[in-house]
Amino acid sequence: MKITRKQRFRGSEAANGLAMISPTAFYAILLLAAPLAMIFLYSFWTDGYLTIIHQFQLCNYYGPCASYKEVDGILQPTQEYLGAWSDPLTRTLMLRSLYVSLTVTAVTVILAFPVAYFVSFYVEASRKSLWLFLITIPFWTSYLIRVFLWKVIIGYNGVINTGLLELGLISEPLSINYSINAVIITLAHAYAPFAILPIFVALEKIDRSFLEAGRDLGESPFMTFIRVTLPLAMPGVISAVLIVFIPTIGDYVTPLLVGGPEGKMVANMIELSFKKLDNYPRGAAIAISSMAMVLGVSLLFLFLNRRFLKGNKA
Amino acid sequence: MKGGWFKSYTIVYLVFLYAPILLLPLFAFNNATTVAFPLEGFTTKWFGQLWTEPALHKALKNSLIIAVSSAVISTMLGIFAARASTRYRFPFKAPLMGLIMLPLVLPEVIVAVALLAVLLGLGVSLSIFTVILGHVLVCTPFAIAILSSAFQSLDQSLEEASYDLGESAVSTFRLIILPLVMPGIISALLITFTISLDEFIIAFFLAGNENTLPVYILGQFRFPQNIPVIMALGTILVCLSIALLATAEYFRRRGIAKTGGKDTGGFL
Repeated sequence: MKITRKQRFRGSEAANGLAMISPTAFYAILLLAAPLAMIFLYSFWTDGYLTIIHQFQLCNYYGPCASYKEVDGILQPTQEYLGAWSDPLTRTLMLRSLYVSLTVTAVTVILAFPVAYFVSFYVEASRKSLWLFLITIPFWTSYLIRVFLWKVIIGYNGVINTGLLELGLISEPLSINYSINAVIITLAHAYAPFAILPIFVALEKIDRSFLEAGRDLGESPFMTFIRVTLPLAMPGVISAVLIVFIPTIGDYVTPLLVGGPEGKMVANMIELSFKKLDNYPRGAAIAISSMAMVLGVSLLFLFLNRRFLKGNKA
Repeated sequence: MKGGWFKSYTIVYLVFLYAPILLLPLFAFNNATTVAFPLEGFTTKWFGQLWTEPALHKALKNSLIIAVSSAVISTMLGIFAARASTRYRFPFKAPLMGLIMLPLVLPEVIVAVALLAVLLGLGVSLSIFTVILGHVLVCTPFAIAILSSAFQSLDQSLEEASYDLGESAVSTFRLIILPLVMPGIISALLITFTISLDEFIIAFFLAGNENTLPVYILGQFRFPQNIPVIMALGTILVCLSIALLATAEYFRRRGIAKTGGKDTGGFL
């Protein structure tokens, strides 16, 4: 009896795999891929009163734009606004968010590296999970309250100012709160474990005999680190950078609580467009623009580091 | 001492990580209406006030319903995906897994507005149910990360032995695979429950007129006189999360030990 291609496919490994993943895949396609595609379309449509007019336009991104309302069957412009890249406030917020994300990423990854290095190279194998557990705990606990407490720590009458005044190191309280720096400190705190774990995993994979070889060939410990350890740890550093950089740009709570007017970020603008202004196309265009910015920077970063990623596979 | 500098640095770093959490109980038990130093004596009255806030109880009930549902659904979806990705090779594996894991890096505000636009476009009114839809999306990648290490360390010959002895695919899964990965499943349930309980932005966009615990907490920050009560609530929540996470970690390690794998540490 001849076996058709269809029969061979059924019961094969590929069919089993696809069948097994299908519930999760369908969920992600319906509730993630489709909504993301939808948001993309929204950003080119026209805002109507409590509705969306399916008319293609680019002005949500650039140039003067307007919301419309149907009066006696004719569309009348009701509210005029500027596209994401034309509106000075939105543009400022987008560029500021990019700056904050880049700074937070640099600070987080540089501060995290020695911690990952310590846990990987100096902690006994049996105690490594305990250290990692200690590092991850703060990450999972009540994000809002942690952000609020940073406000208490760095506030005008906060812990740092009171402490420094008591010690006589400063004569007037420092004003760190309600600024971009306050946002950066708080976000660097929030994303710390995200940076440590990928670097730790990469360091764990390094064959320790390479380091001995480096030393045997006469390199100093520092040069061994620069020429052997660091390049081998780069894939972890790259994942750490991406895993901190991409989500940070969309943070809403931190700018709201500790940012003040000077520290607002793009997520606050997206929320305003979607909720208060009820202008979905505008909000969608801002969201898509920010994501495009993040994606562009991430791809550039990956391109610049391509030799480290290639080297790892060999 | 070996790694002395690194050790001191790491300890300073841990102090930085734990600073907010260590301050929390100080203010929760502080007998003053403002959250600032110097402290003004011990009181438990802020904890007492937690019993007299009906809005808080409503938010807590909503959050618990959402967290339990999200944990169960995302862990089930996680089992399918982790099993498929560790056991089978199939077409479109990388893009499908990439899409499923995407919420791990995607800003939550993007997930929230995308879901909001689609749900309102379809005419679905916002409720606890819509929050669950969103939370399942962000919890599933974490469940997969934990479950993958449990499935990864599973010895395939056990499964083959079961088939050779005449068990069906379903009974093999129930009798052999499920008991071995059970600790991983419990760990995934606890972690996803913790994530959902703490998730703010998706709930903020998708809950409509309902409150969840984090949305309620953010609302209270506008009223300075309510903040000590929130500090008391926060203390309870932090203790609860640490207890849940410690249990999850215990099961995760036991799961790896059970299937004979090597612990590479960490949840991620």
